Amino acid sequence: MSLEVLAVDDSRTMRDMLNLALSSAGFTAHLAEDGVHGLEVLEDIEPDVIITDINMPRMDGFGFIDAVRAESKWSRIPILVLTTESADELKAKARAAGATGWIVKPFDPAKLVKALQMVAG
Amino acid sequence: MSDPMAEIRASFFIECEELLESLQDGLQLMDDGDTDPETINIVFRAVHSIKGGAGAFGLDDLVRFAHRFETAMDEVRAGRFHPDGEAIRLFFACADILGDLVRAARDDDQVDDGITGPVLEKLDKLVGIEEEEEEDLDFTPATLSLDFGDGGGLPDLPDLPDLSALPDAAPSVEGLPSLDLPADLPALTAEPLAETTTKGFTVHFKPENALYASGNEPLYLFRALRDLGDISVTCHCGDLPNLDQLDPDTGHLSWDVTVHTEESEQSVREVFEFVDGLCVLEIKPITGAAAMIAPALAPTPAVEKAVETAAPEAAPIAPPQKPAAAIEVVSAPAPTPPAPVAKLPVASPVNSDDDTLDEAPKDEKSGSSAPVKATGTPTQPRATVRVDLERIDRLVNLVGELVINQAMLSQSVTEAGLPPNSPVSTGLEEFLQLTRDIQESVMMIRAQPIKSLFQRMGRIVRESSASVGKEVRLYTDGENTEVDKTVIERLADPLTHMIRNAVDHGLESPEKRLESGKSREGHVTLTAQHRSGRIVIEVSDDGAGINRERVKQKAIEKELIPADAQLSDSDIDNLLFLPGFSTAAEISNLSGRGVGMDVVKSSIQALGGRISITSQEGKGTTFSISLPLTLAVLDGMVVRVADETLVVPLNAILETLTLTDNDLKALGPETHVVQIRGGFVPLLDLGAELGYRQPQDSYVGGIVLLIGQEDGNRAALAVDAIEDQRQVVIKGLEGSYGRVPGIAAATILGDGQIALILDPTDLVGQASGRTRIRQPQQALVG
Repeated sequence: MSLEVLAVDDSRTMRDMLNLALSSAGFTAHLAEDGVHGLEVLEDIEPDVIITDINMPRMDGFGFIDAVRAESKWSRIPILVLTTESADELKAKARAAGATGWIVKPFDPAKLVKALQMVAG
Repeated sequence: MSDPMAEIRASFFIECEELLESLQDGLQLMDDGDTDPETINIVFRAVHSIKGGAGAFGLDDLVRFAHRFETAMDEVRAGRFHPDGEAIRLFFACADILGDLVRAARDDDQVDDGITGPVLEKLDKLVGIEEEEEEDLDFTPATLSLDFGDGGGLPDLPDLPDLSALPDAAPSVEGLPSLDLPADLPALTAEPLAETTTKGFTVHFKPENALYASGNEPLYLFRALRDLGDISVTCHCGDLPNLDQLDPDTGHLSWDVTVHTEESEQSVREVFEFVDGLCVLEIKPITGAAAMIAPALAPTPAVEKAVETAAPEAAPIAPPQKPAAAIEVVSAPAPTPPAPVAKLPVASPVNSDDDTLDEAPKDEKSGSSAPVKATGTPTQPRATVRVDLERIDRLVNLVGELVINQAMLSQSVTEAGLPPNSPVSTGLEEFLQLTRDIQESVMMIRAQPIKSLFQRMGRIVRESSASVGKEVRLYTDGENTEVDKTVIERLADPLTHMIRNAVDHGLESPEKRLESGKSREGHVTLTAQHRSGRIVIEVSDDGAGINRERVKQKAIEKELIPADAQLSDSDIDNLLFLPGFSTAAEISNLSGRGVGMDVVKSSIQALGGRISITSQEGKGTTFSISLPLTLAVLDGMVVRVADETLVVPLNAILETLTLTDNDLKALGPETHVVQIRGGFVPLLDLGAELGYRQPQDSYVGGIVLLIGQEDGNRAALAVDAIEDQRQVVIKGLEGSYGRVPGIAAATILGDGQIALILDPTDLVGQASGRTRIRQPQQALVG
């Protein structure tokens, strides 16, 4: 199943890798550099799932999730948080912000795909 | 670069350089007293992003160091640690080492643990965090491998909390209407885990409202379970209220799923990782009795009918490599008729009738999104392209050829005797302008801010001041001045040496500074600016200035000058550039590297640049480097002397004049000066200087080029004729001939002839050195 994915990360390397992993899995990847940019991209596309980093300039991942969840047309889009920590605290924080799940960086592309399928079919 | 991962890796290291730059910037701001949380965030993010990327490429050393550094920065970010000057100096050191590690990883090199270890220890001690073995393990770098062949291996996620601790709120299954969906899938061919395997598990799953709010979707969880093996799903909808009491935002359903799998319980739990805590979840190995459940649910005719309607919708759900799921629906008497409920947009899109496994959210989405979906959405706000430097260099070379070609064409047109207003001549004029524009644009591609180089100097200042026990602060200005990339690269060594020199020799010790009423902390200032078509870089210190007496003494001792030499202040200052000169009473750690200012001078000259020095006793010393904007072309004056064609860089020529008897004064048999507006300027016969001919008896009626030098000195170069003024392409000679005194490079003229490009400053310097400092003449054999 081909998913349309919006991936938000301020690191170019991470965006490149997400793009590669997603397109290799046959998904369509849309990339954004931070929360503000992510919201701009969301105005144009309607992804099946969103992946977002936490630490980003302008608008961080938490702010971005808040903004997405606050908009009724986007409130049901599954959101996966990309994090280098597997600390439970961070997961709890992500969940409190309204995230659907998380992916621990460095991610294994197969796991990424699996996680995406878990939240978006 | 066809391997996408290799490309990403290369681009990662480029990004690292950018991150290191913002790290330095951020630390500098913190050092200047900036306490803005965003500044600290920038520093944190830079380290964090380097760690993230490094992890993906399995760069363990880098990850480990970045992790500790990040942890420390996190303490600062969280406000648990307030860094003072010393702490920030340590952060700078960490940033430097981080840079080393990045470059070592890039070049497959190693960084000595002896360097990283002590700094890390200091860091941990300073910030007050204990060496965290556990946290180190927490971040296990996993090399990214792209193998999607079999849909991926099983995730090995961290241990989940023991779910038996959860309140046992599972409602009784008995007596409830149930919907059983045994997904008729063949077992997956995935490698069974080495753990204890069972025949399968029963999963009781009751989502809480928060599960739906988080964007999780039971349907997808069941699909993920189905990837583990055959499943049968029983939906309990007994909690469903009557339609008029139904709150669409509240979930009322729960499920029992039986998974027939060889996989471990861990694999089953992983499916529910994201919803852990948002639902009631019980996972139990299938016991003998439970295993009997599935066969007991034999299809009835009614069920088979349901399958017919369910199957087509279920088919596309299945991953392509697996056979379509056949879904059996067991209808059972229910207090609330399931069918109408299914049509309601309840919180759970998983409903209890035959479209249970329908793509509910998906359909809804594709219906509404199709018209708004835009292809080619801009994914990067800043339009930049990364281009291989080789390609740019090729373009630069081609433009060089174009310039040569255009010159040849101009020459042909002139030779053909076409009038200047002829269409060909006018067209050529435009062609010339365009060539110039192209050339400038291409050069602009190669230009980059000098900032990266300046930041490296920050480290040199920190390290060199620490090693000689001085306190030094580096100020920079004009960091955004754009300079040709090659110039920046080749400037690194001379600039490093100059900075070291300023710290080591220029600045006084803190005690001496205090004695002379200065601040304890010495200042080194590094500036860059564009000035009349050249880049001027200045390194200045507020130290004691050049001790001219001592310099002169030293030069006499070393027999560089005669004991009775009469030297102006500027002459003495320039002695520093003589080979083998060192003023340090004892060779310190820093300057004892066998590199003197003479080497600095020749590397600057090799770049077509000039270096000059000004110093004020007690106030400090300034070294000024002037460089051409590009190393590829220059505007030159084509002159003839002794039947040779030479090119003199136009920016060195102040004016040209024809000599009259009045202008010329003879000081000796071979020594003349030219009187220009009341001042006297030494006359140099270019032909004789280059060894093409003997000095002439008279230069009256001859043409001279007045050459202006960086230090304000002037000289008049006698030539036979001025031929043209044009742009020439610089072809380096050093690769073949090494450095030739007085000659900067060569070029190819319009007629295909090769001409040497003069280095007038060097030439004049050679000549004055001969007359005033008695440096042995290095005659150029033409």
